[in-house]
Amino acid sequence: MDVLQLLVSGLANGCVYGLIALGFVLIYKATEAVNFAQGDFMMFGAFVTLGLTNAQYIGLPFWLAAPIAIGIMALLGYLLDFFILRHLFGQSQVAIVILTIALGFVIRFIAGAIWGHLPVTLESPLALGDIWVGGVVLGLADVAVIVVTVMLTYFLYVFFQKTKIGLAMQAASQNQMAAYYMGIPVRRVQGLVWGLSGAVAAVAGILFASKGAIDPNAGLLGIKAFAAAVIGGFGSLPGALAGGLIVGVIEPFASRYMAAGYSQIAPYALLLFVLVFRPHGLFSQVRTKKV
Amino acid sequence: MRIQFKTSYAHDIRLFADRWTFGVYAVLLIIAFALPFILGVFYLGEVTNVLIWAIAGLGLMLLTGQTGQASLGHAAFLAVGAYSGAILMESGVPFILAFPAAGIITGVVGTLIAIPAIRMHGVYLAIATIALSILADDIIVLTEHWTGGVSGKFFMPVELFGFEIDRWGTPFKFYYLVLVVAIICTLFYRNLLRSPLGRAMAAVRDSEVSATAMGVHIAYTKAIAFGVSCAITGLAGVLMGMFAGIINNETFSIVISISLLMMIVIGGLGSIHGAFFGAIVIAFLPQAISITTKASGLTVAIPGLEQAIFATILVLFILFEPMGIYGRWMKIRIWFELFPFARKDMFRRQKSYLKTERLR
Amino acid sequence: MSLLEIKNATLKFGGVVAVNDLSFNVEEGEVYAIVGPNGAGKSTVFNLISRFYDPFAGSFTFDGRNLLDFKADGIADLGIARTFQNIELFEHATVLQNLLVGRHRHRRTTLIEEMLFTRRVRREEYKHRAAVEEVIDFLDLQPYRDKMIAGLPYGVRKVVELGRALSSNPRLLLLDEPASGLSVEETQDMRWWIDDIRKQMGITVLMVEHDMGLVSAVSDRVLALADGAKLAEGTPGEVQSNPAVIEAYLGAGAV
Repeated sequence: MDVLQLLVSGLANGCVYGLIALGFVLIYKATEAVNFAQGDFMMFGAFVTLGLTNAQYIGLPFWLAAPIAIGIMALLGYLLDFFILRHLFGQSQVAIVILTIALGFVIRFIAGAIWGHLPVTLESPLALGDIWVGGVVLGLADVAVIVVTVMLTYFLYVFFQKTKIGLAMQAASQNQMAAYYMGIPVRRVQGLVWGLSGAVAAVAGILFASKGAIDPNAGLLGIKAFAAAVIGGFGSLPGALAGGLIVGVIEPFASRYMAAGYSQIAPYALLLFVLVFRPHGLFSQVRTKKV
Repeated sequence: MRIQFKTSYAHDIRLFADRWTFGVYAVLLIIAFALPFILGVFYLGEVTNVLIWAIAGLGLMLLTGQTGQASLGHAAFLAVGAYSGAILMESGVPFILAFPAAGIITGVVGTLIAIPAIRMHGVYLAIATIALSILADDIIVLTEHWTGGVSGKFFMPVELFGFEIDRWGTPFKFYYLVLVVAIICTLFYRNLLRSPLGRAMAAVRDSEVSATAMGVHIAYTKAIAFGVSCAITGLAGVLMGMFAGIINNETFSIVISISLLMMIVIGGLGSIHGAFFGAIVIAFLPQAISITTKASGLTVAIPGLEQAIFATILVLFILFEPMGIYGRWMKIRIWFELFPFARKDMFRRQKSYLKTERLR
Repeated sequence: MSLLEIKNATLKFGGVVAVNDLSFNVEEGEVYAIVGPNGAGKSTVFNLISRFYDPFAGSFTFDGRNLLDFKADGIADLGIARTFQNIELFEHATVLQNLLVGRHRHRRTTLIEEMLFTRRVRREEYKHRAAVEEVIDFLDLQPYRDKMIAGLPYGVRKVVELGRALSSNPRLLLLDEPASGLSVEETQDMRWWIDDIRKQMGITVLMVEHDMGLVSAVSDRVLALADGAKLAEGTPGEVQSNPAVIEAYLGAGAV
């Protein structure tokens, strides 16, 4: 029973990591860049929802506030691309890496300036309390997180594999110039992907905030999501979710069965382990460059 | 406008392009050595801080600017340098030996870490080095026996050539120590740039495929770049420890790693000047912020403000001046040299397209 | 003994046979051209010689030495230099620096010496520079010496790449489509250069080229490839009049 308990809480945490990792993967698939600010996007999405919902601020009903927040975050993602990332078109990955890290700092600062630095709780209807199932305490929030995540991943997977715009997004990343020649509006497509990943970040944020209190530093969770994305392979949506679940499940087990001090190392050690033996992730997509 | 007439190959090989350039740097050096007689103790400390950051920046610049390997984990190497220096000195090794030894140890550690890192590219290397930086914090706590863990390690005044050097007691001497180390590191860097290995590093950065075809051993070159980069960073780590007086697991956090990378991007990737320009920004920014906030009557410190401003500066630079402060400086110089014939589109950026290296 | 001997080379990518049981020899001092339609496996042959790809089967001998014993970065040391179809220059370096990288196989100094820039390093640098200047003179690159690659026009880049390969003083030069994308005048220049490379410098040239005008003007022997296999081999005239070659280029029924 104990194991089951750890497993459920691990899975729920893992879903949040997985959702952030989904954001990385979406942008990576379509623009070949990695948004290191995705964790801060998630945090900001949570705070926007909180600002709309909590009585202390605007006090909208949650089911109204959540879609608005998702829309706001999608718009934010699109605007970030429009005003900033679009102008880096074709520049080196290093520039984009450090730029998105910098954006993360700015977002964290803005969130802190608006909503303060103390942990606050979202008045979420998903935080329903616990139920007992066969001796296991299930947080309803945890269950909701898992369900929503699996649905969202499936939806995005189908979107990328089956729809025309999804395929266009993939093509745009793999050879920008060729995609241009094929008549794919590369810039617009990339803007859409940034919007989409903003929306996914908002969902992740809402789910995360339903599980507990948030503060502006919650975005640092993004680092664990890197581990998830790398373990799952950067190019694969289901892989990202799987990676997130692996990291999420490892954490509670490590802290349960390993000495204190060693347990928090576990996800990063696993990340390094994967990178050392599979330098391009578990489901590698990189081959040697053709000349 | 100044025109260089090149009359021998030595023109391109020697340190300074012409007498004028030599003169400029000579004056700069004289000012640097005269600084303790001009500045007060506080500002001398600030300049010392700039130089220490510049040394660390040079280290990272060699890896990221010259060899094209983005590292977000260089704070870990600062830590390796600082701790190995502290431990060596604690066990009685004189500073003159302990200091270079700390650099060499860090270089060796860096090379060992490079062996798996060599096969990683771009984003994967960045993520792996982030993990490294986070792990460093935990490892320092876990190896409390040597590192002192959370309670940290103290740096005592050191003795060098009969002088006692202490950050607080003898700030002048500490400044000179840092200055000399900075000059030596800059010379090493510059020498590498004008010799085959430096060119091989640039080759690895720009095209691994054709570098290989030209006989450049990619793994060896990257490993050397890691090694030298980490060695220089390790030296900076010792100096940082001496500057701070005490270090613990939180001194060299991931934020330091990120700041270091931001710093060299702001300064100008790929140039020695860039490391120094960036260091000036990073060291004086907190002062500038505290002066402005005081002037505007704010009494409470705003958390994250410093990082946010630094980050905003970085975003603006990447957008409008990807070559950093150094690039802007060069443009202004060329504009004056060509006056009034400089045209705006002389500096127009080439349009480039990104092509992936992955298949599916 | 031929300078380069390739016997029964075969390479498969997944299920696709890129090079199929291909054998040919390149003699010392000749210009040997490989022609063939797109996707015939011409560049793949180059990448096999450069050791970027591991062959599925076959033997590769250069000057009596087995190329399969070497890694990709050891090939230059043997005296084989190459250019690339899509130009792989070091974009953020000057023309001079690019050419000096070509000298890398002649590097004799160590890391420590270079960091201290000892007299020996300086002497070596003079030597490298003198060698590179000869190439610059040969290819008329003087105006571009200190220019960044990133700002150069396509035609010049093509020449710089040739120069970088020449700077390494190779015995065998692999040119991957040296004339593709060049203007008529530039192709003319390329033709004289290839001639001089062979005659003045005594370098053997193996090239892949589409421009049959250039191929017949400079090459001694031509190999026609189709679907990774040898279609015909002989003098440019023989190959051009070979019915199998005409069929491969123009399609069945054209003969």
